[in-house]
Amino acid sequence: MKRNNLLGALISMPAVLIYSLFVIYPLISAFRYSFTSWDGIGAKEFVGLANYIQIFQSPELVASIKNSLSLIVFFSVFPIFFGLLLANFIVRIRTQKIRSITQVILFFPQILPLAASGIAWSWMYAKNGLVNQFLTAVGLEKFAQSWLAGFSTALPAVGIIGAWVLTGFCAVLLATGISKIDSSLYEAARIDGANWWSEFRNVTIPGLRQEISVLITVTTIAALSSFDIIYVTTLGGPGSSTLVPGISIYRLAFTQSSVGLASAFGILLMVIVLIAIVPIQFYSRRSDQ
Amino acid sequence: MITTLSEKIIGRALLIVAVICTVLPILSMFSASLEPADTTPLGLSWPKDPQWGNYKEAFSGGHVLELMKSSIFIVLLVVPVTLLFATMAGYAIGKMKIRGHSALFFFFLLGLTIPFESIIVPLYYQVDRLHLLNTQLAIVFPLIALFMPFSIFWMRAHFLRIPSEISEAAKVDGASEFQEFRRIHMPLAIPSLSALAVIIFIWTWNQFILGVVLIDDPLKRTVAGALTFFQGQYWISIPLISASALIIIAPSLILFLIFQRKFISSLLQGAIKA
Repeated sequence: MKRNNLLGALISMPAVLIYSLFVIYPLISAFRYSFTSWDGIGAKEFVGLANYIQIFQSPELVASIKNSLSLIVFFSVFPIFFGLLLANFIVRIRTQKIRSITQVILFFPQILPLAASGIAWSWMYAKNGLVNQFLTAVGLEKFAQSWLAGFSTALPAVGIIGAWVLTGFCAVLLATGISKIDSSLYEAARIDGANWWSEFRNVTIPGLRQEISVLITVTTIAALSSFDIIYVTTLGGPGSSTLVPGISIYRLAFTQSSVGLASAFGILLMVIVLIAIVPIQFYSRRSDQ
Repeated sequence: MITTLSEKIIGRALLIVAVICTVLPILSMFSASLEPADTTPLGLSWPKDPQWGNYKEAFSGGHVLELMKSSIFIVLLVVPVTLLFATMAGYAIGKMKIRGHSALFFFFLLGLTIPFESIIVPLYYQVDRLHLLNTQLAIVFPLIALFMPFSIFWMRAHFLRIPSEISEAAKVDGASEFQEFRRIHMPLAIPSLSALAVIIFIWTWNQFILGVVLIDDPLKRTVAGALTFFQGQYWISIPLISASALIIIAPSLILFLIFQRKFISSLLQGAIKA
């Protein structure tokens, strides 16, 4: 037994080492930097909680947090809502071949780099892009505009990109979940005269509790750490209308040389993620029992 | 499942709309990529004189060959090493149940919720001190480390599913710990390992923020990180940006179409387990 412990410790060592060196150690450094004022080159000066206080006093950084919270609507609520709706219809497709082709197409944005999706959509939203072309075709050309350049349109426009990436993923995952629900429950509901809505509410949703809690977790993390899409589409602009924490951290550290403040914002982002997902995990674990 | 006619019609209509919305951005990019490079195309139009030369131009001007080499180099380091380390640690935690295995597991779980953005700043200075900045290794090490929590979680779950009778039978037959691992557990782990390989491949290939921050030269990043290079190079020409973006996504798209089942089931399992 003793020999086994030694062997086990030995084979865990590479994982422990690389993880400690490149995840845990930087995390500790981030924590340490967050209490200092540092430009990245000179000496670090201990400033206590000043960086954390500054985050909440800076309108730009507060906007950044608010924007990422708004993005949850687009990255989580829309995809899960439409995903449920679509999944419900996917499982009703009788021809196996058509069903799998539909799933493959809906799923495919998930395998693209987010940066590539961002580029595709920048073009969709451009002045000559497909969105405006469509509006003109249906006689709504007065609404045509550069969607990513408008103060009020940029954030929803970026959010829709997230919805585009995640809806198919949610639909396919939920469809897999529905096919695992006992089909006798559906037959019983129909015999009791349930229409599709009450069947959806009373059989499908309760049967998908685990899948839904997983999706809330995954999509919320995607919304809060949405660096890639924003970086290639708007870089946070116009103004700070699409600024998110990832972009703020990047700018603070690498263009404004406020490494301490950037680190504090990184720690705060991690705390926000934890606050958002721990209750979901807790709730879903508890209701599983 | 019982379905009425009206449900069927509404359902079909919705699915068709969803499918169209999913492919439109890519189609629009494709139609733009075939327009003359010096024009501003319209969202979706049938190119009268398709300029396939744009792809040639984007391929050479965008240094795609160099990029693919860099990406493949990074993937070939990250995927096998991640699999190897995670299998070893997962085996120690899930199968051998060494002393302190739950504490060790918890230590790795901590990393599951850390957003890359939270540690990217200290990582930059750390990689700089190691003199790795602007080399591919600058993202190889952090990527392996950042994938550890998920991969160990995955492999541990696999080893927990293997009934202990199998190991006991091997012990009775006088197999050493190593022989047992090599002869029994490795072959059984192949489906779990290949699914994990698919996930880690996609995550590495599509990695963006680490490349953007840690490697100045876009041609040393993975392909996703290099997209900013095309944006810089071709910002004036939508046809060329579109062509290069399509070239970039082609390899993963082709792999996805060939191994769609493996991809979808792996990524779905990945989500459930995370």
